[in-house]
Amino acid sequence: MKIQREESWGYDRRTLDYIQHASATGLYEIRGLGAKRAVPHFDDLLFLAASLSRYPLEGYRERCTTTTVLGTRFATKPIELAIPITIAGMSFGSLSAHVKEALGRAATECGTSTTTGDGGMTEEERGSSKTLVYQCLPSRYGFDPDHVRRADAIEVVIGQGAKPGGGGMLLGQKVNPRVAGMRTLPEGVDQRSACRHPDWTGPDDLAIKIKELREITDWEKPIYVKVGATRVFNDVKLAVHAGADVVVVDGMQGGTAATQSVFIEHVGIPTLAAVRQAVEALEDMNMVGKVQLIVSGGIRTGADVAKALAMGADAVSIGQGVLMALGCNSESWIRGAKADGSRGEHVPCTDDYAALGTAPGFCHHCHTGRCPVGVTTQDAVLEQRLQPPVGARRVRNYLKTLAMEVSTVARACGKQNVHHLEREDLVALTVEAAAMAGVPLAGTNWIPGR
Amino acid sequence: MSAVTDAAEKVFDLRAVPLREVNRFLHHDLGELRRVRIEHPDGAHSIAVGLDAPVRVDIAGHAGYYAAGMNKHAEVVVHGNAGPGVAENMMSGMVRVKGFASVAAGASARGGLLVVEGDCGLRCGISLKGADIVVGGSVGSFSMFMAQAGRLVVCGDAGDALGDSLYEAVIYVRGTVKSLGADARFEDMTEADVRAVAGLLARADLPHDPRTFRRVASARTLYHWNVDANQEY
Repeated sequence: MKIQREESWGYDRRTLDYIQHASATGLYEIRGLGAKRAVPHFDDLLFLAASLSRYPLEGYRERCTTTTVLGTRFATKPIELAIPITIAGMSFGSLSAHVKEALGRAATECGTSTTTGDGGMTEEERGSSKTLVYQCLPSRYGFDPDHVRRADAIEVVIGQGAKPGGGGMLLGQKVNPRVAGMRTLPEGVDQRSACRHPDWTGPDDLAIKIKELREITDWEKPIYVKVGATRVFNDVKLAVHAGADVVVVDGMQGGTAATQSVFIEHVGIPTLAAVRQAVEALEDMNMVGKVQLIVSGGIRTGADVAKALAMGADAVSIGQGVLMALGCNSESWIRGAKADGSRGEHVPCTDDYAALGTAPGFCHHCHTGRCPVGVTTQDAVLEQRLQPPVGARRVRNYLKTLAMEVSTVARACGKQNVHHLEREDLVALTVEAAAMAGVPLAGTNWIPGR
Repeated sequence: MSAVTDAAEKVFDLRAVPLREVNRFLHHDLGELRRVRIEHPDGAHSIAVGLDAPVRVDIAGHAGYYAAGMNKHAEVVVHGNAGPGVAENMMSGMVRVKGFASVAAGASARGGLLVVEGDCGLRCGISLKGADIVVGGSVGSFSMFMAQAGRLVVCGDAGDALGDSLYEAVIYVRGTVKSLGADARFEDMTEADVRAVAGLLARADLPHDPRTFRRVASARTLYHWNVDANQEY
């Protein structure tokens, strides 16, 4: 007998699974990484390189500058980076100390910055990072004026693209003695961070808070303000009004160590739309070039970086991409590799993924602390699967590749500086992307809504 | 204008000297100096923030937001009222407010002692991480919200939702409590609690009988994800 297999669009297998899981457990799903649904993204844009109407540069010979300066508005010691690609804030707690050290080493080798997270500053990352951005989060876990003084910039975190409006989450299995001590929490507690700052409310208060941070740092260090992408136009304006040197806008594709799936997939707007709104806010305030814009949330490739810069960002920030460079979702981890570049042995770990109920390429189980490749774990054994020299080399290679791709595109567009890429260099593949990015649909002069 | 008096006390007049200059002096130029007086604060924000030395700073009047924020080692006395976030994220030392304190007094403070001789506004001790706070008067609603460690002694009354989502921090209240927050509960005072309150009252120079205080602490029912907790998180 023929089996009918007409699947309902509204109640497909994924939806059925969701309903049946909810009805069986009374629990919502908590997971790591970012949105898995398809949303308009930088892939939906294309560059119009030089031809007769523009003059290209030689790809391998002519200079194309990637230097990026952040924090020029009020700080007396702005940050100068060699590339416009930074490493996003990710906590010690969600990541192992080995990973934080690897990220610091890689960033230093590439001449860029890395960022602390919701667990305070570790000696591993401060020691390995030439340029370290110190986050001031609602939880204030481990927040320490000595670390404020030792930082190169301060980032006041209002929200995160994966969960704007929500606080952090670190389930008990990752709250080991060191993490608990740094956060002043009982060991093993399911930690739910605050979603609002404890000592200020609203943008006028934020302006005073920023001035306090400036007074403590003698007005030397750049102050960033990071917002999760929702009402971006207004939020960026308010951040600028509050006195930010740099605004970081994190789109909905941004990752997290753990939060509710409903947050990840249904709250916030795509990075593509967020960049345009952020740039328009800066333009509206005549702040382009005075306040720098960093964009994050699903930046994966050199093309993504180049497109973000062309839309008006001064730099990008990457979280998930660097974790994947470290081995996230790989089928194996590397044993015995040395800092001198000698190759190690790939050790298969698909069984470890299976034990989590997943497989390489599909894993988002950062929240469990059982990361098969030793990246998002606090387990003493699993942590050994990612050694700082190996991780640093992989992330350095990744960042280097991205930087080369950006300058390749920039040269093809005739730019001697990657920051000279502009919106006029872009067209969109879809009507949605054209509307969100504010660039013409390819082959037309049409920008929906204009 | 600033001056060094005979008693080795440097005096700044905030009507004449920019705050930035005063704070910079406190950060870098104290040398052996152990007393600084700041006159005419006039409610300025961020006075004496980020101190990192055993100096006594007298603020001769009302202070705005974040007075003595992130203090380490110093003793700061506000001879007036203090705005929001006084002694926020204090690490050590002592901050005393002779008058009243606004919202979020001692927010996230990790060490040291904050004494407010008058009343405090909302959210006193929010997110506290190890400091001690003694309030001579009453505290507003949501005090000690999500406080993780440290102690709050309230000689007067407490508002609504006292101790909501507490971790290991402990509250001692002498007067009435309008309501407790999620997961907070009254517990019996032990002899150790009485000694702790007596010690804190003595340091704060507030003459009350420690046996007249009640203890509020976490029931620890929200430490682990509980599907039946509904909106109690």
